[in-house]
Formats: sequence, C-alpha cells, structure tokens
Amino acid sequence: MAENAKPKRLGFWFTFLPPFAWMTVLYFVPLVALLTYAFQRHEYVRIIHEFTWENFQQIATNPGYRNTLWRTLWIANLVTLIDTLLALPVAWFLAFHAGRFKRTLMILVLLPLWSSYLVRVFAWRIILGYNGVLNGFLVHTGILREPSTLFLYNKFSMVLTLCYIWLPFMVLPLTTAFERLPTRLLEASADLGARPFTTFRRVTIPLVLPGLLAGGLSVFSLTMGDYITPSLIGGAGDILVGNLVASQFGVAANWPLGSAFAAVVLVVIFCVMALLSRKGVLENL
Amino acid sequence: MNDQAVILESVSRAYGNVRAVDNVSLTIHAGEFFTLLGSSGSGKTTTLRLIGGFETPDAGRVLIGGVDVTRLPAYKRNVHTVFQDYALFPHLNVFDNVAFALSLKNLSRDELRRQVGAALELVQLAGYEDRKPGQLSGGQQQRVALARAIVDHPAVLLLDEPLSALDAKIRGEVREEIKRLQRETRITFVYVTHDQEEALTMSDRLAVMRGGRVLQLGTPLDVYERPADLFVAEFVGKANFLDGQLTSQAGTRATIRIADQTVDATLAFPIATGAAVRVMIRPENLRLQPPGQPGFTGVVTQSQYLGHATQYLVQSGALTLRVLELRRRGTVPHAEGAAVVVNWNWEEALVYPQTKAE
Repeated sequence: MAENAKPKRLGFWFTFLPPFAWMTVLYFVPLVALLTYAFQRHEYVRIIHEFTWENFQQIATNPGYRNTLWRTLWIANLVTLIDTLLALPVAWFLAFHAGRFKRTLMILVLLPLWSSYLVRVFAWRIILGYNGVLNGFLVHTGILREPSTLFLYNKFSMVLTLCYIWLPFMVLPLTTAFERLPTRLLEASADLGARPFTTFRRVTIPLVLPGLLAGGLSVFSLTMGDYITPSLIGGAGDILVGNLVASQFGVAANWPLGSAFAAVVLVVIFCVMALLSRKGVLENL
Repeated sequence: MNDQAVILESVSRAYGNVRAVDNVSLTIHAGEFFTLLGSSGSGKTTTLRLIGGFETPDAGRVLIGGVDVTRLPAYKRNVHTVFQDYALFPHLNVFDNVAFALSLKNLSRDELRRQVGAALELVQLAGYEDRKPGQLSGGQQQRVALARAIVDHPAVLLLDEPLSALDAKIRGEVREEIKRLQRETRITFVYVTHDQEEALTMSDRLAVMRGGRVLQLGTPLDVYERPADLFVAEFVGKANFLDGQLTSQAGTRATIRIADQTVDATLAFPIATGAAVRVMIRPENLRLQPPGQPGFTGVVTQSQYLGHATQYLVQSGALTLRVLELRRRGTVPHAEGAAVVVNWNWEEALVYPQTKAE
C-alpha cells in the first residue's frame, strides 16, 4: 500500500504544482496586491501604506462615480438580455436544424473570436460612422438626405457593439445546452397536452437554464470589465467602470482608487456567481 | 362513449424509400388491451407515433373516439404515451411530473392534488412525491411514467416497449402491474412490443406486423393456434415446419406426403391437391412414442430438462423435430440417443401453401 502510494503522490505533486504556482504568482498575488491597494491612501502620486476606507467612501459619495457604476450595471444587464434573446433562436437553429451545415455555421460563430478585438470594435465605427457604410447606404437609397450622426458615439452604438462582441459567448453554451436537451422530453410535453410555447416555457427553458445562465454570466462579466468599446464607440457621457479603472491606473495615477473600483466590480461578479452556483451554472461554463 | 377508440384507415407513412407503415387499417375497441407485435423495422412504433400525433401519415386517416385527428398535433389529442425511456422531466419532482397534464387545465389546487394522489396511489408510489426522477429505480420511474400518462384519464394510452429498459427480474412484476392498471382504469391501451410472450399474455387482441403491414389481427389464441401465415407461425411461439406434398383431402383433413411418410393435418386454407405444402406444428403438440408406432422414426439428439417440461431435438432422416413434453409423475425423460417415434393428432398440425417469398 505504502509502496504504491509513493508514485501516486509524486504524480499528484507534479500535476498540481505547476498550475498552482502559475495561479499563485500570476493571479493570486496580483489580486491580493490589488485588494491591498484598494484600502490604502493616495496623496499626489504617492501611495501611503495605511489602512483606509477612503477610496470606497469616495466611490459611494461621488455622484459621477456612482452613476458610472449604476450605468455599467444597467448596460451589462441590457447587453446580457439582448444577447440572450439573440442567441436563443441562433442556438436552437444550430442544435436542431443546421444539419450538415452545423460545423460550418459553428465556425462562423466562433470566427470573430480569432480576430482582434480592436479590429471588430473599429469595424462598427466604419459601419456606423458619419461617412460609414450604414449612412452611405441610407443616403444612396434616398432614405436619408444627408448622413446622420445618430448612429455612433452614444449608448445605442455602445450596446450594439458590446452585444455583437460578446454574442458568441452566449451562443456556445446555449447551443451545447440545446444539444443535450432530449427531444423525447419535448415530445412528452406535447403528448401531455402542452402547446409549443408552454413546452418551451416549462420544459425547454428550465432544462437549458444552466447553459443560459452560464452564457449570461460570461456576457455580464465581460461587459462589466470592458473599457475599449465605451471609449471608442460610446458617447462622452457613456463611460463604464472599466474606463474609470483604466484612467485611475493611467492618467490619474491613483492606483488605490482604481483598485477600489476593480474591487467593486469583482465583488459584483462574485455575488452573481455565488447566486448562480446554486443553480449548477458553474459546471456549465 | 364510442366503441371504437382508435381507427386507422389505410394509413401509410414512408421515410424516403422505406415504407415504415404500408396501408394499415386497424380498429381498436374502447377499453381494449391492444398490442402491436413485430420485430424492429416492422412499423409498430411508427404506427404508435401516428396515433400519438408525433407523425403525420402520407395517406389515410387516423380517428380517435370517432373524430378525425389525422392533422391534429400531439398536444390536441386526448392520447398519452408511456415512452420507452420514460421521458420523465428531470427538473420536476414526481408530483410535478404526474401533475403536468392536469396543470395545463383549469383545476383547483385541491382537485389537482387529489387526482395526482389517486394516480400515485394506483401505481403504488404514494409518498414519493418529492423525489426527482434521478433518485428513483428503473421500475419506479416506469410507474411514474404510467401515473403521469393516466392521471387525466386519456381516451387512449400508448405504451412503447415499456418493459424493454427494465431488468428481466422485475419485468414480470411490471407486466402484471400494467395489466392491472388497464383493468382498473378501463383506458384503451395500445402496447408496442417485440416480445411475443408479452403480447400473448397481456393482450385482448394483437396485430402482428412486418414490413409496415399487418399480417394478422386477432386474439392471442387465434394468433398462436391459427397463425395467418408461416411468418406469424414462426414469429409467435416456436414451431416445426415440414415440407411435403398434399396428396388428398377430405373436408379440412388433408393427407400429406413428407419424406417417405404419409401424415394427416388440418387445412387452414383451401389448397389444391398436389400442391407443395408446409406443415406447421407446435413442439408441445408432438408426441414421443416407443418405436414401432406409426410416425417419424428417429433418434433423440438433444434432451433439455426444463423442470416443468423436457425439450428434445429428434433427428429423423433429414428432419429435425423440436418436441416439448410436459413432465408428468412417473415418466422418465428420454435419454439422448434413444430411438423414438414422433407423431401427432391431425387437428394439431396446420397446412400452409409453400411460398418461396420468405
């Protein structure tokens, strides 16, 4: 027994240590550093090493910061909702009706993820801009007399771009969830007298819920942390928490406040995850 | 209530080139235990799905309770199904699974509770309301599926090989349970199986299917004792087939020459004298007698003691005969190698035309 246990234990340490070290050095230590900064005082460009709630008080009392937080939450929820509604029919089609085109279509869904994030965001500028594709089309067809400035640099364009960018993260788990859904159960529901919509509501949705929430969690957290789309596509007043973090670590050089913002976002996402883990969502990520 | 629970009128359903159901006409009476018996690919499951509304026929009509439902989707038919793999909703507990059909109707909470309770009582699962399907054994899941399907008293209950996923051990138990349930609820049962023993023991009437067609429709007694053709004879129960020539006939009594023997058998159909025929006789209808008696003289090549009976293989010239002899007090099984004579009562053997179609 003891003879046998030795190589087993050795194997355990060999497989456990590298990822453990990786996570410790590159993830856990920076996280602790970040959380430490969040509770330290900032004076000009210096960090004073003493414990304080000042940064969080500032976030809570400054209306600009507070509004940005609320706006971020609101936008993240909206993007998640829109992506859910968009992904449901797409995933349904992929899982049940795509037939032999399924692989190709799946690759098409994934393809944007292999291209640069910046390129994809800029693409929307080209589409929505004053001299953009959309305006060109509308003016050419005579629907508009002159190009409109309404398409870009506002909440609409920001939400549109965010929805587009994160959509694959919703489609994938949802498609998997639909694929795992036994069609026999949908037949059973119809057999017992349920109309198609009732079947969808009472059988389909509950059974794909873990996949749906897993996708939702991805889209939600990715939106919560994004700062490039708001600054490139959004309007002047549409910045998100991510922009605050970026500017506090950058121009403002106020690392403690930036850390505090990051900590708030982390706590929000952890709360959502804690809520969802009870529904078995994390196993479906 | 209409006496005809289900009527299929010249129903056909094809998948590509395969005629899964080929011009099938059936009438299933109200309150009857009706079985569709056939091997895989015989069209029995497709027939069931046509009644359930999961398939639409290419031709023909489906009537339930006298009403044409050919174009009605499953959810508009007063028919429930017990699926082969039960198809219980994994996210709902036993109570909510059973309550599913009722919950779609406008029932008071108390009434719903009462009816679900009654259904669970009927399948002896009272007290399991809060369990999830995953926490139940196969037999229990089966009973939940039954309760779910009978809870609102459908006109017809369809059962798709409900015993095939169960251990042989509890299969017999569940079989009796299903039979009892049918007697108590008086619901019309349409039962699909490939197991001829299930079909014979459970059904009031059965249809033997093959290649999308109904070969024979009748009571288990009809089907076993007067099979419509040689395929049915072979598929339902065991049988010996002896090829010969019809030499003469008087009424239904035919005289047939088989090898160098002349034997008598019953004509199931009018057949011309001189025709090549095949005689079908069940193993239990063959008699083993000491040498010297009229019949096929042969040697016991295999003797299997089954307890209630002994099964023999007897070789007589080129013929191999399967004989089943019930055990009686004081008789000794014939040993392998023993010389015997095999014969039969002419009423027990049936004559069929020899068709090379099979």
